[in-house]
Amino acid sequence: MTRAGKAATLIWALGALLAAVIAARASYTADLSAFLPRRANAAQRLLVEQLREGPAAHLIIAAIGGADAATRAVVSRHMALQLRADPAFLAIDNGDTAQLERDREFLFEHRYLLSPRVSPQLFTPSGLHQAIGAALDVLASSAGPLAKPLFLRDPTLETLAIVESLDASRAPHTAAGVWSTPDGARALLLAHTRASGADIDGQQAACGAFENSFAAARAALPAAQRSALSFSMSGPPVLAVASRATIKSQVWRLSAVSAVAIAALLIAVYRSLPVLLLTLVPVASGALAGVAAVALGFPAVHGITLGFGVTLIGESVDYAIYFFTQRSSDFRRALWPTIRLGVLTSICGFAALLPSAFPGLSQLGLYSIAGLTAAALVTRFVLPAWLPRGLRMRDLSAAGSRLERLCVRLRAARGALLLVAILAAAVLYLHRGALWSRELAALSPIRAADLQRDEELRAAAGAPDTGYIVVAAAAERETTLQAAEAVSARLTPLVDRDVIGGFDSPTRFLPSLAAQEARRHSLPPANVLRMRLDEGLRGLPLSAARLEPFVSDVERARDGPLLQQADLGGSSLGLAVETLLVRGSAGWSALLPVSAHDAPDLPAAAIAQVRGAVASASVGAELLDLKREADRLYAGYLAEAVRLAIGGFIAIVLLLIVALRSPVRVARVVAPLALSVLTVAACFAALGHALTILHVVGMLLIVAVGSNYALFFDRAALHPEEGSAPLTLASLALANFATVIAFGVLACSSVPVLADLGATVAPGTLLALLFSAMLAPAVTRAVAAAAVE
Amino acid sequence: MRRPPGARLRGRCQALVLVGTLAIGSESLAASPAESADESAAFDQLLKLLAERRHDHVTFTEVQELAILDRPLRSSGELLYDAPDRLEKRTLEPRPEDLVLEHGMLSVERDHHRHSVSLRDFPQAVPYVESLRATLAGDRAAMARYFTVQFSGTLGSWTLALTPADAILKRSVQHILITGERDRIRTVQIRQSDGDTSTLTIGGEVGP
Repeated sequence: MTRAGKAATLIWALGALLAAVIAARASYTADLSAFLPRRANAAQRLLVEQLREGPAAHLIIAAIGGADAATRAVVSRHMALQLRADPAFLAIDNGDTAQLERDREFLFEHRYLLSPRVSPQLFTPSGLHQAIGAALDVLASSAGPLAKPLFLRDPTLETLAIVESLDASRAPHTAAGVWSTPDGARALLLAHTRASGADIDGQQAACGAFENSFAAARAALPAAQRSALSFSMSGPPVLAVASRATIKSQVWRLSAVSAVAIAALLIAVYRSLPVLLLTLVPVASGALAGVAAVALGFPAVHGITLGFGVTLIGESVDYAIYFFTQRSSDFRRALWPTIRLGVLTSICGFAALLPSAFPGLSQLGLYSIAGLTAAALVTRFVLPAWLPRGLRMRDLSAAGSRLERLCVRLRAARGALLLVAILAAAVLYLHRGALWSRELAALSPIRAADLQRDEELRAAAGAPDTGYIVVAAAAERETTLQAAEAVSARLTPLVDRDVIGGFDSPTRFLPSLAAQEARRHSLPPANVLRMRLDEGLRGLPLSAARLEPFVSDVERARDGPLLQQADLGGSSLGLAVETLLVRGSAGWSALLPVSAHDAPDLPAAAIAQVRGAVASASVGAELLDLKREADRLYAGYLAEAVRLAIGGFIAIVLLLIVALRSPVRVARVVAPLALSVLTVAACFAALGHALTILHVVGMLLIVAVGSNYALFFDRAALHPEEGSAPLTLASLALANFATVIAFGVLACSSVPVLADLGATVAPGTLLALLFSAMLAPAVTRAVAAAAVE
Repeated sequence: MRRPPGARLRGRCQALVLVGTLAIGSESLAASPAESADESAAFDQLLKLLAERRHDHVTFTEVQELAILDRPLRSSGELLYDAPDRLEKRTLEPRPEDLVLEHGMLSVERDHHRHSVSLRDFPQAVPYVESLRATLAGDRAAMARYFTVQFSGTLGSWTLALTPADAILKRSVQHILITGERDRIRTVQIRQSDGDTSTLTIGGEVGP
């Protein structure tokens, strides 16, 4: 080994070690964060916080099926008991009547602080007369049995007013005393995890605890009942954990499948194990460098980025293939400049992704730049030093010659390319309206079947569909709650007018201290209340003496403390507050989910009225339409991705103009690439497959990979004396075959974003090679031979 | 205040709840030993007559005597029945309320807000609504599901005494007495376990 070779090997070893350490210490994630913008406006930030930290992000819905309702209820209670003791959960709800009883007791106990009706007016003689008269009407109604036990202590029925203000229609059904699906076939448990939406490890632990507790509850049953029981769960934490697992296993499996397939291809072609192993060195180095670079540049490496690693195998293996297949030529002088230009064009393409606001894209850009640079450098400096003496390899000249003859025939048909271009342009023009997918969901790594099950369970559980949320934000908890109260006061008339179906607010169970203080202040002392009752009960069928329990309850509330958030503890009421009152980076936010009246979506007019009502409250609050906001976010990404891809394309063209110094050569290199992108896009359009960001990225990859092919054809035409045309052709065919394998495997992925990428690049690079061959100027063997002589 | 006729239930798909799931294990109603042969025959005839009625629309007044109050509470309104499982109680005075039992779904509309629940989710409400519905439908099996039924009198003037069969029901209801003449129900009296009573008196028919 030469001194330079030794130095290169040492640098490579140190670099690989460093990269391995960085990669091993990096944190990996698979949540939605890759799809959320780094720079966002206020609404988008709220959206992102909602997706990651909002009430919905913590919710696990579990269903117990099989056996009979009583058995399911036993399991549900057993699990709830066990999971409530687990610190991984903020709360477990299974509709257990004992728990509802406790909640009701709490509301009853604190009714004079909680009820919005409590005011000085309520405790005047006429106020009491009216309220108690109305309560008597309730006693006479079908709600009488509910009201009767409370009446003497709560004759104005404040407790019922509070309970009725809850959106009761949303509560799940009940079977055998616990929540069940509407068809009664499965028992339901709802859990709120302590871990945030972004903490997948925490979510995974919570999911595991859930499954274990089901196993334990099942094991506690008599053997005969066990086998019939089934368990399933869903919710954002479950989906996030599942999608991370899917991505992990896919990344591992896809990489393994591509690596094995490419290795098999190389061994079949080269018939040499050392060559195969050496070919994999730049590939592995590149992958490692890519991961390390992303780990350094970002807080966490996203699983999807690793998925793209497979794509790197496809491209970085090309360098080694060029190196080995065209070994007869002088590598450093003849091949390296072309490879270097190829690497530079790829870097230009991927560098365009770096400034993307979409972290998934910028990670991909950085990963590819670092990976390709490392792979090329290893090919250039390390591989030559490691070549064993007397390495024997198959000569591919014969195969190359056959390819050359094929090329001549293909070139004869180059006129057809004009037709292809016109056809593709026509197809794209005809489908111009439906070309792009407009929904953020298009980027979701979650499988459709998982999503469907999630929707089913969510509907069954009546889980809040947080499509519309009014967010009231302020610096302190108290001011935030006051803002929420101001908004509530403006929203209530909209509910009464059926503009909206209802809304929720943390202040239902945790009013601001100011509001509580005002309510407490309106409670009269016992002797005053007795006198007012005497007057107020005139004409009503009961005397003040009977309401002595009411008088003493009011007296107690007058002296009692105000309600603090801690008093709610881990009750389901506390949970409601905890999910609706969140502490963010810049203070507190109260979330008021708004539901539509008799429909899943709010009509535009209702949205306008809600916005108006929120604005009129004159507090820092606004309505978030999550779905629209998310789609707008995605539309922004898409527009940006297209812009960046075009920018990358322009950068590549500029680079080629500088490097090749000939407009004709630049055109010859660029034309086949542009044509392949056009053709692939037209195919997707014709098949009715809407294009997503990943398709755009795929097209950029077609250009980056394909430019290598075009550059080699360009070199062969310009310097026929350098290297052998058949060997160049053979190496290009082999490199393309490897790329098609890598992306073809990706196209089979069950993760939609990876599949989109693979399905774009695999056919695209094949076309790029084909079109480059067709458009390359003819180099006959005679000319080449003459030049060599 | 009359409710608009279009106020229909949101509930659906629970159609067979009452007739289906709960019917298990209640095949026959053994005639109580106290019933004479005549009474037994009259009861059979009554059930037959009741079952033949398809539609009822009558007024009612209800008087509730509660121990916590010095004077009874009165309310009034209309009852509508469509065989076999739709029963609507429209209270007009003093506080308008619309209570509908249909296909096993119970819904209440009050102050412009309608709440619906499946009866299956609220077993405690079942005896209150089922006693009347089952009687109106002449549905012996449904009566027997929740109550021990004692028929007395003649077809021209009869009394059905329903005593809760299960311990949980017994905690809230002592008995329900239903009186009537042929296929017309006259009164429904519910005596709760705490001694409070409510008496529903059926008035005249309301024209279509």
